[in-house]
Amino acid sequence: MNFLVGAFKPPCNISISLADGRTRKQVPLKKENGQTVKVPLFQSQENIVGEVVIEPTQGKKVEHTGVKIELLGQIEMYFDRGNFYDFSSLVRELDVPGELYETKTYPFEFSTVEMPYESYSGINVRLRYILKVTVGRNFVSNIVEYQDFVVHNYTPPPSINNSIKMEVGIEDCLHIEFEYSKSKYHLKDVIIGKIYFLVVRIKMKNMELEIRRRESTGSGPNTYVETETLAKFELMDGAPVRGESIPIRLFLSPYELTPTYHNINNKFSVKYFLNLVLVDDEDRRYFKQQEITVYRLLETS
Amino acid sequence: MVERAEDEEKWLAAGIAGLQQNAFYMHRALDSNNLRDALKYSAQMLSELRTSRLSPHKYYELYMRAFDELRKLEMFFKEEARRGCSIIDLYELVQHAGNILPRLYLLCTVGSVYIKSKEAPAKDVLKDLVEMCRGIQHPVRGLFLRSYLSQVSRDKLPDIGSEYEGDADTVVDAVEFLLQNFTEMNKLWVRMQHQGPAREKEKREKERSELRDLVGKNLHVLGQLEGVDLDMYKETVLPRVLEQVVNCKDEIAQFYLMDCIIQVFPDEYHLQTLETLLGACPQLQPSVDIKTVLSQLMERLSNYAASSAEVLPEFLQVEAFSKLSNAIWKVIEAQVDMPIFGAVTLYSSLLTFTLHVHPDRLDYVDQVLGACVTKLSSAGKLEDSKSTKQIVALLSAPLEKYNDIVTVLKLSNYPRVMEYLDNRTNKVMAIVIIQSIMKNKTCIATAEKVEALFELIKGLIKDLDGDLHDELDDEDFKEEQNSVARLIQMLYSDDPDEMLQIICAVRKHFLTGGPQRLPYTIPPLVFSSLKLIRKLQGQDENVVGEEASASPKKIFQLLNQTIEALSVVPASELALRLYLQCAEAANDCDLEPVAYEFFTQAYILYEEEIADSKAQVTALHLIVGTLQRMHVFGVENRDTLTHKATGYSAKLLKKPDQCRAVYACSHLFWVDDQDSIRDGERVLLCLKRALRIANAAQQMANVTRGSSGSATLFVEILNKYLYFFEKGNPQITIAAIQSLIELITTEIQSDTMSQDPAADAFFASTLRYIQFQKQKGGALAEKYESIKV
Repeated sequence: MNFLVGAFKPPCNISISLADGRTRKQVPLKKENGQTVKVPLFQSQENIVGEVVIEPTQGKKVEHTGVKIELLGQIEMYFDRGNFYDFSSLVRELDVPGELYETKTYPFEFSTVEMPYESYSGINVRLRYILKVTVGRNFVSNIVEYQDFVVHNYTPPPSINNSIKMEVGIEDCLHIEFEYSKSKYHLKDVIIGKIYFLVVRIKMKNMELEIRRRESTGSGPNTYVETETLAKFELMDGAPVRGESIPIRLFLSPYELTPTYHNINNKFSVKYFLNLVLVDDEDRRYFKQQEITVYRLLETS
Repeated sequence: MVERAEDEEKWLAAGIAGLQQNAFYMHRALDSNNLRDALKYSAQMLSELRTSRLSPHKYYELYMRAFDELRKLEMFFKEEARRGCSIIDLYELVQHAGNILPRLYLLCTVGSVYIKSKEAPAKDVLKDLVEMCRGIQHPVRGLFLRSYLSQVSRDKLPDIGSEYEGDADTVVDAVEFLLQNFTEMNKLWVRMQHQGPAREKEKREKERSELRDLVGKNLHVLGQLEGVDLDMYKETVLPRVLEQVVNCKDEIAQFYLMDCIIQVFPDEYHLQTLETLLGACPQLQPSVDIKTVLSQLMERLSNYAASSAEVLPEFLQVEAFSKLSNAIWKVIEAQVDMPIFGAVTLYSSLLTFTLHVHPDRLDYVDQVLGACVTKLSSAGKLEDSKSTKQIVALLSAPLEKYNDIVTVLKLSNYPRVMEYLDNRTNKVMAIVIIQSIMKNKTCIATAEKVEALFELIKGLIKDLDGDLHDELDDEDFKEEQNSVARLIQMLYSDDPDEMLQIICAVRKHFLTGGPQRLPYTIPPLVFSSLKLIRKLQGQDENVVGEEASASPKKIFQLLNQTIEALSVVPASELALRLYLQCAEAANDCDLEPVAYEFFTQAYILYEEEIADSKAQVTALHLIVGTLQRMHVFGVENRDTLTHKATGYSAKLLKKPDQCRAVYACSHLFWVDDQDSIRDGERVLLCLKRALRIANAAQQMANVTRGSSGSATLFVEILNKYLYFFEKGNPQITIAAIQSLIELITTEIQSDTMSQDPAADAFFASTLRYIQFQKQKGGALAEKYESIKV
């Protein structure tokens, strides 16, 4: 379990453990300091059960004004550093004010916790879930311990999943018709499609399919939009002629996608786009961007 | 250019270095069973193939290295699959590569393992692979990638009898796969032509031709599929391939692929699909060298026909000839710009085909020649040497095949084709024909055929329009005419009437030959006629109807006119000889007036035409020699002729000539086996006269040179004396001989006599002869007895 190691020696060690810690699936989580740690994975409506162990250091006496555990869902905007919005906050009092002389264990349970949003770590925003144990003290700062965990929420396959089909072009120069078999993809899905060249008067060099993520944070005049290209997948090499059709088959699994997020707590959105880019001989780029919806499908394995 | 080549070397070296480096890391990953790294480094290695800087030639070098490395990777994939790694996962995994070219190379490599594992139907994998390869639209890279695909899948096609054949996988799928790959490759290949600057067209075409075998490889594999039977070939393979060939509208591709089709598939398939195959030809680009293609086809079919007699009915059944001939007609029609050379080559091939397949169908052969004439007639005389050569080949083919000019003479279009040759070639062809006749000893036995033959060789027989003499080598001309002369002996019939017809025909043609040819052509004709006369003479003359058919008289008339023709040359000496020859023949036939007429002609020639003294001497001796043997003449005629001859002798310019002619004339009065002609007196007169002339000659020599000439003449006369003496001429007396011997002895010993060892020897041997006769005994010895030496 994790210990928060302070600059000075804390008077006690706090550890949080989960009842199903051994069997629960763990997923990697990137921390602020760049290190990746494995943390437990939950989904909404799950019970979070476990215990907190407080162990005073070398028989020291710890006076406290109460012990509590909180389950927090926070949205953190990087440009607004230090501002956490707790969209979810549950508290369990574990102990009344008193003194601790020896190691004490407090079981806790949060039943069918509503966790509507998924954990997310983007460029400007982070959504995270933590268990926070606080040992309250008078006159000195409280002793606090955190345990991160990750929430993934699964969506059933969409009932309607139309293909994306479109004809685009520059008059008398380039006319293409492209088709992606679906508009909604799960994270391990594969994009199947084809590009059909109707008019080609430009000498092409190659064609790529990009997967772009657009993260918008804030609202109104303070909206920040960040776009990053997660995948560059070459579809075609060389110059096609009229009538050629080029197949698309792009597996999504190698890329670190998240589901599409719409206006999470009025704070941020994450959208995905397929960007078809044609590059000509003189490195001019012609592109057409299409939004796709990404969802998380419960893996059955 | 040089700079470019150097740069290319550098780029290639860099490419190889990059490839080897990544291959090294790949090997390491393979050795440690690290799939992730193996994929990463192999993709990086294959990225070297993404270059656009190398020419196809150099690119190939790079490709081959990558190919070798991919074999190791394939082994690794196989191992992985054996170890339990899901091949389907592997198939997905390699598709994560971001760059398309490495991705597809890897996909093909895994795909081949996938098929081998039989975890999925071969046809699905093949279909997926060939479809995914569409992503490479760059011609060179695409061609190599697809060639790789074709290479790795080659032993995994669901052909009949292959282990990959199953309920779901049939040869149809294999064919479909190959056809699709072929079509795409060809499209890429054709596209090369239209990319890059126009000024590099030549270079591009060269590069393209280096790549053509990659495209053709697909057809090759198709041709080797067991499951492609005639039906499938007819219904699917050929139409699809031809569709691509026709539609690509590219000269280089069309030419190469047509050739490829012809070479790759079995002959019997071609035969059975002739119509389809040929139907494509007129649809090709006008610039395609279709003649070579069709020639190849016909050559193959010819060889096929020659391979076994059993297949010949197939040819008849599918009407191969008419289909081919139709196709050629259409192609020529469609390709307006096709040079005459091309058309002639086509016909030449068709002819070869016909000769092989239908040797009995002369009408086909003639039809081909006729078509050729039609084509040629639009072009006029041929100027370029290539077409001329082809025509010669065309015309030689039937000669070689039939080995018999008589067959060829039946081809009515044969001479019409020859007309389009330039004069020189026409002659060459004529000589070829003659040589063929001579070689095969073909006897041409009817006048009709002779007519046809002369139509063929008329280039030799007469001057053609626009023939320039000055460019003709004298030696060549002689050679030509000699062969014509040799030809005459082959024109022969046992039937005298027919033979006469032949002679008349030949004569008619020869007489058009002009003064240059006549001296060569007339003599064989004359002798041929004389031969006929001799033959007739051998037969019982009563059997032969006098008027209607060949009679010696008639032939002599003809001969007379024939020889007369030489007067325009003029070739009087030759004519004179021929007249004499005829006279002799007439003599044998007992035709006095005819013989007399010939002599008259000879005399006229002597008098009017032969002015050169040397020629006169020769002619005179000939006349004398011939006349001596004539027995047909009555006394009067003979007297006239003899008298004339003697007269001519005395009028020769040089004394020794005079002398010799005169003593030769002595024979005219003494014919051994004819009692009527034994006029000893006149013999003696001649000899005496000869002596006188000899004396005069001697004196003249004394006067002009200060020494008397040789005694040869006297010795010669002595010999004549001895001759007649032996023959029993009463006028030749021993006294006369004796005095002549003495005279000669004195002459030889005289100081003024110039030394002449030949004369001395001659005299000595004459004396020895006398001695010899004396000793031999018998009647002659008695006669000689009284001669003192």
